[in-house]
Amino acid sequence: MTRSSQQLWHFHGGLKLDSNKAMSTRTPIIKASLPERLVLPVQQHIGEAGQLLVKVGDKVLKGQAVTESSEYISAPVHAPTSGTVVEIGEFPTPHPSGLNTLCIVIESDGEDEWIELKPTLYPNTKSPSELRQLIRQAGIVGLGGAAFPTSVKVNPGPKAHIETLIINGVECEPYISCDDMLMREYAEELISGCSIIQYIVSATHCLIAIEDNKPEAIQAIKTVIKEKALHTIEVVCIPTLYPTGGEKQLIKVLTHKEVPSDGFPSDIGLLVQNVGTAVAVHKAIVLGEPLISRIVTITGNGVQQPQNIEVLIGTLISELIKQSGGYHEDASKLIMGGPMMGFTLQTDHLPVIKGSNCILVENTQAEAPATMPCIRCSACATVCPAQLLPQQLYWMASSKKFDLIQDYHLFDCIECGCCAQVCPSQIPLVQYYRFAKTEIWNQERDKIKSDHARVRHDFRQARLDKEKKERAEKLRKKKELLEKKKMAETAAKKEDTETEIDPKKSAIEAAMKRVQKKKEAKLASDENVNEK
Amino acid sequence: MSILVAIITLTVISTIFGVLLGYTSVKFHVEGDPIVDKIDALLPQTQCGQCTYPGCRPYAEAITSGEAGINQCPPGGEATMLALSDLLGIEPVALDEEHADEPQKTVVYIDEQICIGCTLCIQACPVDAILGAAKQMHTIIENECTGCDLCIPPCPVDCIHIKTVKPEQDTWRWSLPASTETAPKA
Amino acid sequence: MLFKTASSPHITQKNSIQALMFKVLLAMIPGTIAMIIFFGWGVLINIIIASVVALLAETLMLWIRKRPIKPYITDGSALLTACLLALALPQLAPWWLTVIGTLFAIVVAKHLYGGLGFNPFNPAMVGYVVVIISFPREMTQWVPPLLDTYTQLNFTETLSIIFGGDLPLTYTWDAITMATPLDTVKTQLGLELSIKEIEHHTIYGPMFGSVGGFGWEWVNGLFLATGLYLALKGIIDWRIPAGLIAALLILSNTFALYDYASFTPPSFHLFSGGIMLAAFFIATDPVTAATTTKGRWLYGAGIGIFIFIIRTWGAYPDGIAFAVILMNMAAPLLDYYTMPRAFGHSWTEFPHHHKVDDDE
Repeated sequence: MTRSSQQLWHFHGGLKLDSNKAMSTRTPIIKASLPERLVLPVQQHIGEAGQLLVKVGDKVLKGQAVTESSEYISAPVHAPTSGTVVEIGEFPTPHPSGLNTLCIVIESDGEDEWIELKPTLYPNTKSPSELRQLIRQAGIVGLGGAAFPTSVKVNPGPKAHIETLIINGVECEPYISCDDMLMREYAEELISGCSIIQYIVSATHCLIAIEDNKPEAIQAIKTVIKEKALHTIEVVCIPTLYPTGGEKQLIKVLTHKEVPSDGFPSDIGLLVQNVGTAVAVHKAIVLGEPLISRIVTITGNGVQQPQNIEVLIGTLISELIKQSGGYHEDASKLIMGGPMMGFTLQTDHLPVIKGSNCILVENTQAEAPATMPCIRCSACATVCPAQLLPQQLYWMASSKKFDLIQDYHLFDCIECGCCAQVCPSQIPLVQYYRFAKTEIWNQERDKIKSDHARVRHDFRQARLDKEKKERAEKLRKKKELLEKKKMAETAAKKEDTETEIDPKKSAIEAAMKRVQKKKEAKLASDENVNEK
Repeated sequence: MSILVAIITLTVISTIFGVLLGYTSVKFHVEGDPIVDKIDALLPQTQCGQCTYPGCRPYAEAITSGEAGINQCPPGGEATMLALSDLLGIEPVALDEEHADEPQKTVVYIDEQICIGCTLCIQACPVDAILGAAKQMHTIIENECTGCDLCIPPCPVDCIHIKTVKPEQDTWRWSLPASTETAPKA
Repeated sequence: MLFKTASSPHITQKNSIQALMFKVLLAMIPGTIAMIIFFGWGVLINIIIASVVALLAETLMLWIRKRPIKPYITDGSALLTACLLALALPQLAPWWLTVIGTLFAIVVAKHLYGGLGFNPFNPAMVGYVVVIISFPREMTQWVPPLLDTYTQLNFTETLSIIFGGDLPLTYTWDAITMATPLDTVKTQLGLELSIKEIEHHTIYGPMFGSVGGFGWEWVNGLFLATGLYLALKGIIDWRIPAGLIAALLILSNTFALYDYASFTPPSFHLFSGGIMLAAFFIATDPVTAATTTKGRWLYGAGIGIFIFIIRTWGAYPDGIAFAVILMNMAAPLLDYYTMPRAFGHSWTEFPHHHKVDDDE
């Protein structure tokens, strides 16, 4: 695709929000101090969890894989520093449920000693599939928040032809600035990563999309592109509008194309990667370092020093807050992610995971206003970037019409929160949609389970029937045999009485005759004796 | 004369329709009762018998014959009742008070220290989820257990216990927001 | 420490039903003041009666329905209904007429249908239709707009007419009330006069003013101005008034071009009666309007068409209330057939095969 001009398009709806990014971009990215204890959830990505490679007591080196998986959609986890595995068990991790999940706890030895790294200084010398394998081994997942394994994403399949690689540096959510800071400070690594991904998917063109409220980042990247005289990579400055950072929305803005609801960007010749992911790819290939750290924005009115920190995965949030000067007294809400799509955390005793881009501490004390009934004002539909009918979805979710709600495309909802943000009745619309989605998934799981149970029940029923029949058959056969015998006997008896050849009878008779004869003979001899 | 015409006409018409009906009943003959299958597909297949019928399919047959209501399946809870009301086009019925709460998923486990290997539970299990042989310790295949609890009464040594399935992050569900005003109940 | 949990989004937002309703109420003030100037104190007295009754009825109904009273009574919706109804009633309507209309609007049209957000028909218009059908004679007690000073009643006189039903000694009903321009046109056209003759009639002529009826021009002009402001601010959806005005304009223009002697010109249609109030303040009630973008165009246009039909050929001089209620009925259907295409979907997979349950 050749872009004759930087023509841009619009997606439906969206919101202009106060960006509140400046508070965390005043200082450069700092490196978090080495924590004593790291909690590594085994599953930090979409897909299958890996199998453990370590046991309690094992010594691990920085960058050593601690899980592996043979599943395709999976990503291994690596030890972020050298130390000892002290515990493997269920610990709370950042998740809206607040539930525990399997984690590996590593106690740092303070040495921070790397495993032997195998850098690939010239990625072009390796084949795309070799590079994909390296990306997979490095445990890279989408760092924009979705955490989908990157090795899968950069393998669109033999049929798809990727024309354009889109690098997502939009970062449209308020407060978050980790991508902004990353682009400012790691522009060179970013461009290197872009080139590698471009090479892997053989995209002819690469667009780096950045919102116009990040002029420093745009400048930094443009400078690098100019220095390196790269002609296939282009920075596109796009208007600030939430949620342009959504993959499908960004594609619409840049290309006017719509990703089909049941398809992927690769179906229309596109691939979207987050800027952080591109940098991680650079590190994984050129430096040989797996994904063991990321940049996290610590921000909000509830924290003393908002800033961006480069953190080892597994570092506890409480550590980061401490390194950011601690909470303000009035801190009331702890959010992972941005204010529009992030989820609240009950406690800060949770590890940073691969998908954690921001820790937002709010100080709003006001109780949420009372929810009023929907007045059908359609403000929600006006701002919905997926062109859905939020209020219809709301009625259906609240009355649990889970079939109908899917016809109204519930699963196209990206949970951006625009609808709830403009709702004059203060209805927590997104929660209704999440409720409906998780209920539908649950029903599907139940359906699979009940179908399975039915098969087993039917099988058992069939087995019992078969056993019963077999038993009956056996019984019948036995009976039959007996019957036959009896029949034969009776038949013989009958014959004997008729033809007098019953052997027993004849034998008895013969014996009786013999006895008779003997008797007669004796009698006769006795008579003889007597006569004599 | 006219009465004759009328009689003939009616006879002809009824013959035609009779033939037509006969033909369609043969041509479009449906094997079995598909509605029973459809109802059965919505039931949770725990085969627990809490509906007072000996298993899910018998209950489905009872619903079809109008003998049983759609609110007699405690493991299915409200969701199953609503699905049935949707399928059959009848008004939703409130669940019995004791089943009004959403059913909690449970499975059973065998206290293997106590089990005497009597095989009574194996015979009771509707989905063959118990493994064991005579005088050998038994165990439950948790993934196959439907939580019907039918194995508990036969056990002579009370070594089978119920445990709730622990919620996990993957299967965790968002709750319906509590609001001051929701849509009126359909 | 344990933090509070909630579902996203987490930004405190400022929108509320209360803010919405009060902005609309504020925008009605200039037009209302113009009405008081031209039609006397009766306008204000009606508003006060209707508001008091509406708030009392609302409180009572909330209490009976066991709903929290404070958030609902302060949301401004009852007040807005009351004001819209009061502005639509004749200035000298007896107090009980206003009370009945308001009670019907709040108790029956709003709360018996489920309260705020659930009423299918615009409560104010239902109230209006009930009184115009039940009490047609009282509904003609309109005051002529400030034509001659001698017919102007002062506050106490107005009050005694409304509450006592007695006329001050020097007045007769004929002297203080007068048919509205719309009514006049209807009657006189029936008497075979042409529009031009009516406009230049010695008795009726002056009431037509220069555009849409003396006084009415100002009232409508002010409602138009503040209504445009609301639309610009996104407080009301501009498509409904745009559809309404466009439909009325096209229809009246077509017919006036066809026969200017028997059909009133578009300017008259747009600036007489309560057209601008209806277009910007009544038809835009979100609860009872269509919700989709296209649906709102059609909804507005439908009201415009019905208004024209009822004005021209119907039994009533003005048909706003009937037009609004007729289109209220059509709103669910409009919504269903004007559903937008979802992102990433084609038009062909529009959820046709399911009917939207209206009772949800």
